[in-house]
Amino acid sequence: MIEAAVPGAAVEIAPNPNPSLPHSLRIAPACALAVAKFLRDDEDLKLDFLSNVTGVDWPESLEAVYHLYSVEKKHGPVIIRMHTVNRTDQVELPSLTPIWRSAEFQEREIFDLYGIIFTGHPDLRRLLMWEGFKDHPMRRDYVAPDDFEYEPTAHDEVLKRAEAHQAAAAEPQESGAGV
Amino acid sequence: MSESQTKPSILADKPEGWNRPTAIEPQNEGELLEVAMGPHHPSTHGVFRMDVALDGERVIRLRPVFGYLHRNHEKIAEGQSYLASMPYTDRLDYICPITNNWAYALAVEKLTGQEVPERAEYLRVILGELTRYQNHASSIGFLIQEMGASGTPLMYAFREREKILDLFEELTGARMMVNYMRFGGCRVDASPGWLDRTRKVVAGLTEFADEFDRLLSTNEILMARTQGVGVLRPELAVNAGVTGPMLRASGVNYDIRKVDGYGIYNRFKFRVPLGDHGDVYDRYMIRMLEMRESIKILEQALKEIQPGPVMDSKAKIRGLRPKVGEAYGRIEAPKGELGFYLISDGGPNPYRYRVRPPSLINLTVLEDMCLGVNVADVVLIFGSVDIVLGEVDR
Repeated sequence: MIEAAVPGAAVEIAPNPNPSLPHSLRIAPACALAVAKFLRDDEDLKLDFLSNVTGVDWPESLEAVYHLYSVEKKHGPVIIRMHTVNRTDQVELPSLTPIWRSAEFQEREIFDLYGIIFTGHPDLRRLLMWEGFKDHPMRRDYVAPDDFEYEPTAHDEVLKRAEAHQAAAAEPQESGAGV
Repeated sequence: MSESQTKPSILADKPEGWNRPTAIEPQNEGELLEVAMGPHHPSTHGVFRMDVALDGERVIRLRPVFGYLHRNHEKIAEGQSYLASMPYTDRLDYICPITNNWAYALAVEKLTGQEVPERAEYLRVILGELTRYQNHASSIGFLIQEMGASGTPLMYAFREREKILDLFEELTGARMMVNYMRFGGCRVDASPGWLDRTRKVVAGLTEFADEFDRLLSTNEILMARTQGVGVLRPELAVNAGVTGPMLRASGVNYDIRKVDGYGIYNRFKFRVPLGDHGDVYDRYMIRMLEMRESIKILEQALKEIQPGPVMDSKAKIRGLRPKVGEAYGRIEAPKGELGFYLISDGGPNPYRYRVRPPSLINLTVLEDMCLGVNVADVVLIFGSVDIVLGEVDR
């Protein structure tokens, strides 16, 4: 894993806590496009197939994980990951869609569900939620509203009358004889 | 309707500097027509929408719209135990639930390092290949149905699918929502009678493939409608992450059963059919040929299967708490590469649970294939991608 030979890239190995499973490469977002281009075009690596893009919500930052394989050389996976600075206002990461088209929908999905803004993505819109939806539902602190499309129905009026009736019935009655 | 309320035209947001062939210019004079195909359109296999801009009959721009069936499967899975997600994976691609179970079980087994007994591996292969067969048969049926041959081919395919689903029902208790696999094996063992009946059904599958071949493969209308339509270049297919029969129809030799050899696939002799044109006809033909390869695998597996346990006796299923770590398990599902990416923080729920849906990612190239064709061919090209909306929207 000697990528530093090509660009002045900041790449470090992020160990997988489970040692029997593959480790991954953590890449500084600033040089991610150059590194990705190198990984795709290098003669020995030829990682021409981006299989999977995942967003992860960590307590202090958001993360995008890319699983790369090589169709030509039939090896893989090489896992690269990028972190945002924080979870609130600095959530930009460079989009790798110009390198691998298969990131197009998956990065849109992460933008939609996690709120990572992929700069350089050609068509960054919400994928699964509707336009005009405000929050990012896959974040761990997301609180779902009680009802998405609340509108009063006839049922509510009946319920109100029933509640008023129950409240009146619960009051103690003076004559006290009735059944 | 005021101007701010009108829906933005799909022609308006043509992205700049984007290597897509969006530069198709209208040839006819007159207005362009924007059509929303779906979400309630019989050819969209569910609730999927394509916003299409038409110049006469030609497609100038196509924009897929997702999310009508979104129920945030991943969020739900992160809130419950590992085992509790197993029945939910059936609902992703509901045409082939077995392979969804398998991919999820594989990812968890990678995470925990569990071993799978031999007989369970054989049962997985047998059920997986039966699933592939019935998926390809019915997907061809749907494709031909959308071409206008209403009824007959689809009903032939469904007749065969029903025989396979009867086997599933006998073994697992359900035709489609099987919930069959467990981490470290399978839920129940197959009886000798079930294996005999499966052998009988498999013996009849070749006959059906021959019949389908005779009925369709050289049919003049089918060839005229599908050959040269929706061509997908191999470089674009690889770059866009297209997998499964669609990738192989473009001539790229990449089958995860061969590449990863997960399970016990490296014990079986089978070939990987490849196309050379990458058009709709090739995709149809690849599925026909893969059905025959599935029969070969089934015959070998049914001959070699030995008695034994189907579960690792030490396997812990309930209250599973994998060690801290992450794993990505992927299999060759009938529709393409189905992967599950799991991050464990040592707790009873996965910290991150991600499904890599082949149906969604195969649709990345839908617009590239559809530009410039007639609107009637959009239905065919879309049908040849073979998607299930439960998996696209999750």
